[in-house]
Amino acid sequence: MPEVILEAKDLVKHYPIKTGIMRRTTGHVKAVDGVSFELHKGETLGIVGESGCGKSTLGRLIMRLEEPTAGEVVFEGLEMQKASTGDMRKLRRDIQIVFQDPYTSLNPRMTVGDIIGEPFEIHSEVVPKGGRRQRVQELLDLVGLNPEHINRYPHQFSGGQRQRIGIARGIALNPKVLVCDEPVSALDVSVQAQVVNLMEKLQDELGLAYIFIAHDLSVVRHISDRVGVMYLGKMAELGTEDEVYEHPTHPYTQALLSAVPVPDPTLRGKREQIVLVGDVPSPANPPKGCRFHTRCWKAQEKCKVEEPQLIDRPDGQGAHRSACHFAELRTIVETVDVTQVEPDDRFAGTDVRDPSDAEAAADVPAPESVNEHVAQDRNLPGDATTMVQNDEGAPDRREI
Amino acid sequence: MTEPATEAIAQQQSTGSLDARGDVGDARSLWSDAWRAMRRNPMFWISATMIAVFILMSVFPQLFTSTDPARAILERSREKPSSEAWFGRNIQGYDIYARCIYGARASILVGLLTTISVVLVGGAVGVFAGYKGGWVDSLLSRIGDVFFAIPLLLGAIIVLVSLPRSTNYWFIILKVVLALTVLGWPSIARLMRSSVIQVKPNDYVQAARALGASPWRVIRSHILPNALAPVIVVSTINLGGYIAAEATLSFLGIGLQSPAISWGIDISSAIVGLRTTPHMLLFPSLFLSLAVLAFILLGDVVRDALDPKNR
Repeated sequence: MPEVILEAKDLVKHYPIKTGIMRRTTGHVKAVDGVSFELHKGETLGIVGESGCGKSTLGRLIMRLEEPTAGEVVFEGLEMQKASTGDMRKLRRDIQIVFQDPYTSLNPRMTVGDIIGEPFEIHSEVVPKGGRRQRVQELLDLVGLNPEHINRYPHQFSGGQRQRIGIARGIALNPKVLVCDEPVSALDVSVQAQVVNLMEKLQDELGLAYIFIAHDLSVVRHISDRVGVMYLGKMAELGTEDEVYEHPTHPYTQALLSAVPVPDPTLRGKREQIVLVGDVPSPANPPKGCRFHTRCWKAQEKCKVEEPQLIDRPDGQGAHRSACHFAELRTIVETVDVTQVEPDDRFAGTDVRDPSDAEAAADVPAPESVNEHVAQDRNLPGDATTMVQNDEGAPDRREI
Repeated sequence: MTEPATEAIAQQQSTGSLDARGDVGDARSLWSDAWRAMRRNPMFWISATMIAVFILMSVFPQLFTSTDPARAILERSREKPSSEAWFGRNIQGYDIYARCIYGARASILVGLLTTISVVLVGGAVGVFAGYKGGWVDSLLSRIGDVFFAIPLLLGAIIVLVSLPRSTNYWFIILKVVLALTVLGWPSIARLMRSSVIQVKPNDYVQAARALGASPWRVIRSHILPNALAPVIVVSTINLGGYIAAEATLSFLGIGLQSPAISWGIDISSAIVGLRTTPHMLLFPSLFLSLAVLAFILLGDVVRDALDPKNR
């Protein structure tokens, strides 16, 4: 097991609810309520959960964009909340974030060169002034954009291209950890695949560790080494990708996985779908005991009183962390991990490079690795019809 | 499916011209877009020409007239317009045309200086309140409300009367500017605060914070450029209002005073001949109205150009 690079210890974030003219605090929204996990060097930790479960707040806490109510984040042995201003500045270079919405995460008044170059302006010691423009162009090339588009404005790019710009800004300072807050949720499916592949490529090349926050279970499975499932501000289950997807022991994970659409007509109606009753309780007033007991079909008296701890519990083959008193394996649906399967060449690939950009890049002298990509992309039909076909074909190669 | 469409277009373009694709293409920011829209608007050219003429008038009045505006020929008092005195003469026998030309300086000075100081003071307070939030915001907003509650003219009269008296031209101009600034900054501060609050939660501001950018850098390069548009529009329109306010104060006798030359003073002194010699009133009023109109028109055009819904 590689060394732990980042560790969250009992992170808590409560937002006060203020009412009345005097703005008195009458309660707290418990957005994140005691989350612990560790991130190893170079791995991808996926965080899944439904809307409002505290995924994004968790990401912002890790970035120290918000101060936690309690708990701490330890990065390479340094406690972030107690770090001095100077230490924090250095730390910022090592942890970066990619945002969900590529339409609001780039300043519309700045050129791409200024946006990606800003990290170098702030941390001026990283790259000397003269070399910044060239470094920005290298970054553009790295994320599969035409380096000559350095003077363009964000609105001249499509959603997928904008997200690449956001990623380029995130990796500009060579961080060790990249927090990705739903980086592909706002993109089309075919573009999602391109961006996910780009992120995997960058991980291989730069040795990044990702915290990949998303609500799309298939995307998370594709990219993650380990997965954490969140429910109402708490971690329900945490384990490797196989453990969580193949042997889920927490009833919430099981219900979540049973809701994933299966793109195989022959399986229609054959699988068991767990339909949960009721709504997610308000995070301002979460249930006592186990957070999930109000909607759990296995709930018993114990669940209403005693809060289950996130500890190793047997899952049939081994054991992984699960926060359920009655954790047990339950086969939801047969799933196939297609990560190793060769792509079907009848469908257009989802390579990380836009055909348009690749063509453009071919005109300028490019590094060796780029030329390889271009060679592949040259065979790629880039018109709209084949792209649609690719979109339809995508589920076949998708897991779950 | 935006991406394939964009790609398809990009491909078409790439097959079309190989050389043109490499450069930035049409680099269009919001400001250059606005400039494009304004250039096509005839109202922009009309108002810009008028403003240019008024500014030229206030800097080089000699270009427009060779008559001395301070030369009183009392025996020709209240003379009707003639080939010698185009706009006639007023009650003191001054040449009204020359007075109108020389009067522009006071109006333009007060208008521009007041707008600049209101934008600086109000903008700074607004940015600070909006960015800090919390009790700082509440305190500054309430202080602004106090000033906002005072009627502009009444407040200006109080400020001007309480300041030391002087006949120095620049001193009086600055006094008027101060009075209008004291009462005018809250409107810009409110506007600035609300647009800062609107811009602040955007992801690009968060991204800059995540990079470790200082608050000053976040405000300067991310918040201000995105929050400035409404302030520019409103202060252009207000500029016309300040010119009118200067004339009003001079009319009431607490702004500029003779021997200084201002449209407001001339309007005030022309009241005696309202029925018998209305030309004494007409020409200074016309100049004043045109100047106010020019700035309000420009503000309108700028607002239309900056509003993406109109495109």
